[in-house]
Amino acid sequence: MAVTGAVMVGFLALHMLGNLKIFYGRESFNEYAHWLRTLLQPFLPYRGVLTLLEIGLFLAVVLHMWAAITLTRRARKARPVKYVAKKSQATGYATHIMRWGGVTIALYIVWHLLDLTFGVVNPAGFNSAPADRMIEGFQPGRWWVTAVYVIAIILVGLHLRHGIWSAFQTLGWVKGERRRIVKLGALAFSAVLVLGFLAPPLAIMFGVVK
Amino acid sequence: MDLTLKVWRQSGPDDAGRMVTYLAKDVSPDMSFLEMLDVVNEKLILEGDDPIAFDHDCREGICGMCGMVINGVAHGEQRATTTCQLHMRHFEDGAEITIEPWRAAPFPVIKDLVVDRSAFDRIIQAGGFVSVPAGSAPDAHAVPVRKEDADDAFDAATCIGCGACVAACPNGSASLFTAAKITHLSLLPQGQPERLIRAKAMVDQMDAEGFGGCTNTGECTAVCPKGIPLDTIAQMNTDYLKASR
Amino acid sequence: MIEYTEGEALRDAKAPEGPIEERWAKRKFSAKLVNPANKRKLNVIVVGTGLAGGSAAATLGELGYNVKSFCYQDSPRRAHSIAAQGGINAAKNYRGDGDSIYRLFYDTVKGGDFRARESNVYRLAEVSVNIIDQAVAQGVPFAREYGGLLDTRSFGGAQVSRTFYARGQTGQQLLLGAYQALERQVKAGTVEMFTRHEMLELIVSDGRARGIIVRDMVTGEIERHTADAVVLATGGYGNVFFLSTNAKGCNTTAIWRAHERGAYFANPCYTQIHPTCIPVSGEYQSKLTLMSESLRNDGRVWVPVAAGDQRAPGDIPDEERDYYLERIYPAFGNLVPRDIASRAAKNVCDEGRGVGPGGLGVYLDFRDAIGRLGRDAVEKKYGNLFEMYERITGEDPYTQPMRIYPAVHYTMGGLWVDYDLQSTVPGLFVIGEANFSDHGANRLGASALMQGLADGYFVLPTTLGDYLANGPYGEVDEEAVAEAEIKVRTKIDRLMAVNGTRTPDSFHRELGKIMWDFCGMERTEESLRKALELIPALREEFWRNVKVSGTPEELNQVLEKAGRVADFFDLAELMCLDALVRTESCGGHFRAESQDADGEALRDDEHFAHVSAWERTPDGPVLHKEALEYDYVKMSQRSYK
Ligand SMILES: Cc1cc2nc3c(=O)[nH]c(=O)nc-3n(C[C@H](O)[C@H](O)[C@H](O)COP(=O)(O)OP(=O)(O)OC[C@H]3O[C@@H](n4cnc5c(N)ncnc54)[C@H](O)[C@@H]3O)c2cc1C
Ligand code: SF4
Ligand code: FES
Repeated sequence: MAVTGAVMVGFLALHMLGNLKIFYGRESFNEYAHWLRTLLQPFLPYRGVLTLLEIGLFLAVVLHMWAAITLTRRARKARPVKYVAKKSQATGYATHIMRWGGVTIALYIVWHLLDLTFGVVNPAGFNSAPADRMIEGFQPGRWWVTAVYVIAIILVGLHLRHGIWSAFQTLGWVKGERRRIVKLGALAFSAVLVLGFLAPPLAIMFGVVK
Repeated sequence: MDLTLKVWRQSGPDDAGRMVTYLAKDVSPDMSFLEMLDVVNEKLILEGDDPIAFDHDCREGICGMCGMVINGVAHGEQRATTTCQLHMRHFEDGAEITIEPWRAAPFPVIKDLVVDRSAFDRIIQAGGFVSVPAGSAPDAHAVPVRKEDADDAFDAATCIGCGACVAACPNGSASLFTAAKITHLSLLPQGQPERLIRAKAMVDQMDAEGFGGCTNTGECTAVCPKGIPLDTIAQMNTDYLKASR
Repeated sequence: MIEYTEGEALRDAKAPEGPIEERWAKRKFSAKLVNPANKRKLNVIVVGTGLAGGSAAATLGELGYNVKSFCYQDSPRRAHSIAAQGGINAAKNYRGDGDSIYRLFYDTVKGGDFRARESNVYRLAEVSVNIIDQAVAQGVPFAREYGGLLDTRSFGGAQVSRTFYARGQTGQQLLLGAYQALERQVKAGTVEMFTRHEMLELIVSDGRARGIIVRDMVTGEIERHTADAVVLATGGYGNVFFLSTNAKGCNTTAIWRAHERGAYFANPCYTQIHPTCIPVSGEYQSKLTLMSESLRNDGRVWVPVAAGDQRAPGDIPDEERDYYLERIYPAFGNLVPRDIASRAAKNVCDEGRGVGPGGLGVYLDFRDAIGRLGRDAVEKKYGNLFEMYERITGEDPYTQPMRIYPAVHYTMGGLWVDYDLQSTVPGLFVIGEANFSDHGANRLGASALMQGLADGYFVLPTTLGDYLANGPYGEVDEEAVAEAEIKVRTKIDRLMAVNGTRTPDSFHRELGKIMWDFCGMERTEESLRKALELIPALREEFWRNVKVSGTPEELNQVLEKAGRVADFFDLAELMCLDALVRTESCGGHFRAESQDADGEALRDDEHFAHVSAWERTPDGPVLHKEALEYDYVKMSQRSYK
């Protein structure tokens, strides 16, 4: 979980930075998208690096989900009889929604790919420029898309808040004083990511970016 | 005070079990939780019923024998307290209290609130020791130990093996218990030679017993009567990863 | 009333002669060794997994014997040794404060009020140093100083700092060390562990202990286990008083069964009463909790001057408080030994000056300590104890004095054993609190852990080896096994058949009250005679009116309890008889008739410098005396004025 999670966290950070390019205008964003696709050309074919990254990412997602499912199944097996009453004592909402939050995020990703990556369900259409897809996608008329996006991003943030320090814990890197720092770091990182991801769609929706 | 108890009754391992309601009248706030159950049981015996079976021995919070899930919380809601040390003054008159056994597949119910925790012994058997035959030890002062290390090792070693961590964990994991022992021995010079094989063997045994995996929810440490910290699990992971390389 | 006769004098045939420092070495050398190839074929049963039994089973397993280990808890780690708080003595002299094996020996003999054997005590002091080495090597996290070396503290009855400790959980840490060693042997296949198994009978075949009958407490099955030797390490019997600091399950059944099969019971009346326990809060009270004695270092003990004073403690001005320990014992004040502090508390309560529910308590006040040292300093020193007190009583000891009262804590008596720790039944060895051997009439603080581990790790493995090497002892007589099993079944059937109207617990409570009132801190001929009338009457009612619910073929905690209570009746009777016969006061046994002008215990060395070992016969108890001789420590009267 920790390792595959880390791969995805890395991706998310880059993805977010990329998204922010929209604030420099459509051109800049499209250029960035193009640059990604032509990276290391001619050593690799068009979309070469991107495809590799995508495969890596896809593997990470699958492995992450596989690990999650294994853990869940083990948990089920370890507690065949449920409690009549059960009250949580640990603090942290984030911790409690890892499983369902994860599933929700997975569903969202499918939609997200269809919408903004492949443009299948995007008003700008399949063969449009990336920036157009993004801007068309988050028009006020499609407020519900933005709403779904916002909720999903917040879920991602919560998922990360627990996920990141948890990864450190699983790899045995948190002890004593470091725990507080790692937990704070995870919180800060998640918050930055959430803000970074939320900025473009909200800006588009409220007409700041056109 | 008067209380309504909803207690898990299960006559044996093969019985399906059910919640049964009892009234506990004239409970004194100075009673311990187990004394309250004693009084209920005395009445049940005289009425010819089977008293509620529960494990207990020292009744001073150290043997780790007692343990039940009270109102959804292992050992009840008072922090850092075993069931036997919990007192009735923390409940309100007229309250309804649900009482259930530890629930985990590796802790099968034997009867009512009594479960079989021998899986813990087997985890220790796998490697929770330092191999040193009686009479072969060097002088106790031969190896100085940093006070901080001795204190930290002690903190981890205070685990009483009650199983509340397993009972509270949404995954039914025994990581806190296993990690407490691994940490205790891995912080001391005496524990170094067997450090990695110990971690590997104990974790593998824990998995083999059918406990769930750790997802770092922290439910265990929140109910642990000895406040064993999550740090121990990080220590266990470090040693385990090293051993698996 | 029960009548007794006096039998032949008893002698410890195994104690070597010669200079005391050489005796153990001599015995070790004279002990025969078992051929390593044969060890695997020799079976040893160890009942009990406390410090004594756990360390013994682990060590015997390590040596290669085929060991079966039993305990009534669900894990060997839960034996009552786990509850010991204070520490463990050892003559390491790491502080260079003048400690030595000889001094520990001397202190223990004197602390035991000259009723222990010199040879045994010397050996105990001698191996005490190895215990610490062993425990440290196992990873027991003793308290350390910044230099990385072991910390020690001083404990009651000693002028040197020789008590090693692991915060307030020394027993736990030592027991976990032994438990881990034991589990290692389980894994190695040398020890087979039987948890939730209660020993209910001893098998004696051809005059030798050859096995036990146990009940599987989960299924109710009665099982036979035979072996070449049996070791009992089943702890103390303080629960005969119902309320004590012992764990709820502590019982006398194992040693009492052995006593019925021929093992002599020595000094049953020697009971230690601990002065600082949390008082009883009501009828439902199920056990008493010990508060560390260290509290007396800074707390001041007092009661109101006037009997029946109902004011809150804070409203009672100093002139109307009686700091009675400081008044009566100006030299030692609040730090007088356990028995003296306990008796003084009882006396003021008998005068009607006790405080709290039922007037059975005295104040232990930290007001002055907090004033002098500040709250922080007090918290640092005693914080966890204060917390524990608050948890149980709901009172805040920072603002309100603690209430304390004495409670039964330890039993010095037990099965008689010789220097080899062998009872009068050949092949039956008894170790730890279950035997009578090393503490005389009073045990010093931090010495029980030492004795349990000395017996288990170091003494028994040698002496048991000698016994086994002198074998083999032939086949076990099938009839003897069957007879023991029938006895167990008959008793269970009898208990189930009564179907009366009182629970075992209610009988136990009543028995405990009789013992506490008439054979407790202060005993008189009259009180003991009274107890000896009441106990048989209650026992008779028990067998006529006890109610055991459920069936014997399942986990049945009522049946377990009933069986233990039945044995407590017989033991209680013997304790009172022993206390009646011993008309002197010594250590934990205080006969009101035998005190000096100041009300202090007065020994009668001329008539009672002996161990009273009781044999059980169909014609009643027979008393055998083992004379005690002191060649090294001069007998003297204790004084703490
Ligand atoms: C609260 C408290 C604090 C103490 N503090 C100290 C201290 O600071 N220092 C010190 O030196 N001493 C202390 N003592 C005394 C000391 O702890 C005990 O004397 C000592 O631990 C006894 O050890 P043991 O191995 O003989 O028996 P225990 O530890 O009592 O073990 C008895 C074993 O026998 C088993 N058993 C009993 N009956 C049966 C049966 N019928 N069938 C099968 N198994 C049976 C039990 O399961 C258990 O495993 C303290 C005692 C108490 C109660
Ligand atoms: S870690 Fe805590 S909760 Fe778990 S067994 Fe040990 S003491 Fe009990
Ligand atoms: S009964 Fe021993 S910890 Fe609760």
